[in-house]
Amino acid sequence: MAERTFTIHALAAELKAGSLTSQALCRRCLDSVAAKDGEIRAFLKVDAEKIMRLAAESDARRAAGKALSDYDGIPIGIKDNICVTGETCSCASKILEKVVSPYSATAVQKLVARGFIPFGRLNMDEFAMGSSCENSSFHPTANPLDTRRVPGGSSGGSAAAVAAGFLPAALGSDTGGSIRQPAAFCGIVGMKPTYGRVSRSGLVAFASSLDQIGPMTNDVTDAAILTGIISGKDPLDSTSLDEPVPDFAAAARKGAEAASLKGVKIGLPAEYFISGMEPGVEAAVKAAVEKVRAMGAETVELSMPHSKYAVAVYYILATAEASANLARFDGMRYGNRIEGGDLTETYFKSRGTGFGNEVKRRILLGTYVLSSGYYDAYYLRAQKVRTLIRRDFAKAFEQCDVLMTPVSPNVAFEFGAKSDPLQMYLSDIFTIALNISGNCGLSMPCGKDPATGMPVGIQFMAPHLAEEKLFEAAAAFGEVR
Amino acid sequence: MAEVKLDIDYVAELARLELTPEQKAALSAELGSIVDYIAELSEVDVEGVEPTAHASACSNAWREDEVKPSYPRDVMLANAPGVIDGELIRLPRVMPGTES
Repeated sequence: MAERTFTIHALAAELKAGSLTSQALCRRCLDSVAAKDGEIRAFLKVDAEKIMRLAAESDARRAAGKALSDYDGIPIGIKDNICVTGETCSCASKILEKVVSPYSATAVQKLVARGFIPFGRLNMDEFAMGSSCENSSFHPTANPLDTRRVPGGSSGGSAAAVAAGFLPAALGSDTGGSIRQPAAFCGIVGMKPTYGRVSRSGLVAFASSLDQIGPMTNDVTDAAILTGIISGKDPLDSTSLDEPVPDFAAAARKGAEAASLKGVKIGLPAEYFISGMEPGVEAAVKAAVEKVRAMGAETVELSMPHSKYAVAVYYILATAEASANLARFDGMRYGNRIEGGDLTETYFKSRGTGFGNEVKRRILLGTYVLSSGYYDAYYLRAQKVRTLIRRDFAKAFEQCDVLMTPVSPNVAFEFGAKSDPLQMYLSDIFTIALNISGNCGLSMPCGKDPATGMPVGIQFMAPHLAEEKLFEAAAAFGEVR
Repeated sequence: MAEVKLDIDYVAELARLELTPEQKAALSAELGSIVDYIAELSEVDVEGVEPTAHASACSNAWREDEVKPSYPRDVMLANAPGVIDGELIRLPRVMPGTES
């Protein structure tokens, strides 16, 4: 299973010392994918030839003393809704099955500029809609820790690829927990930056006011390194924030070295410690609370009274935005077209056959809440409750530095265990509010469920743009596996 | 909050989604229970609360109106389901009776 030493900072040191080449590293990753991905199925596509060519170029640069950064030659997996020039970007959907990206996402360009090698297309729930990776139009992905169980979603392929030891890191996207929940299910670290920290240019839009790209890694330091690299204002995304990007990696190293939480105020919102959690999750989360107290943190019990409405707000706002965003997939300019008698029939057929059930369900719900006569009752009201949820966060952060909560009420479940869509939506209860408020948050392993042996995640959340504080506290806490 | 259940035919028409009768029956039932669930927002007191449209307080973002290079036409057309003469996207008939 995933070695903690399989990190980009450790690999960077080996590459620098000359004890490892990018070609040897990428070959090892490809061999491990070839040996084990038949069972895990994290990848939709891997272009081995291209990866080895880029690895050879990286080694040549480094040999000539022209490495693009310490990380030159390190492979990173890419979720299938993030564009890489010349590679397919299907969002695990039939409607985009053959679409090839004409450009790379800004986050990918920033990584490539530092020598990272985009490695394969990682499976996901279609258009990032789902919490288990069972909604991929092509195939499900299995949890590498127990292949009868889901890896979580929607960034399930990204989480599985890191947890299986295929890759040291991957990019995911998080609209309602799609980085943090699969990270928890697979026992790795998943980071959702503050809304606007990372450019969304080249990320296929699901819910534009909630989506963020973020890293999935084996440790907090790697999450901090990658977040630092992909952050920053981008002229191609008018919602990206023109704010200085502090040295997140330094903050994480500082936390890891201190290994103390003395002087840190950690908020424990009552609404996140409710009954209904699996006993193994509850026990691990309580142990994590004891651990931060033992490490010197002051814990503050507080209330975020509108938390219980987060799921309802989310499934109104996210589906409304999705119904508008996915209107562009009509089989005209790109994507699969099924010809009908006329234009309208072609729209109906292309979209009817191109989208899977969950995507249809959400487009229909979003269309409904925006339809004439219902806008005020659903969409406008949800936007107002969104304000109340944001205020809950603002008030909470007047009383503490970071919040600490469970990531999911349950560990990774078995395939088919949540067949009712509403039941699946409700399992996102602990991750969704963070996207609604736009704050940053991180999920990391805090123990194991004794009943199943599956990992349990803990979530730290911080104020807008307070990633430094978040990484320092999380690195001090340390991954518990 | 509205008591009316979601009319699947009407909404599918608005969304331009072709659905089989089986899909309509299943989606109608599932969406019914989801609509019941989201209706719980009607109990929240939102009197005088301003709506939030975006997570970051961004206003209109202006930029200079400059001519910049576009992506190459052949690259952008490579994904089109139908292309005419390497420069136009072929579309289905829009108006009845016109040449496609």
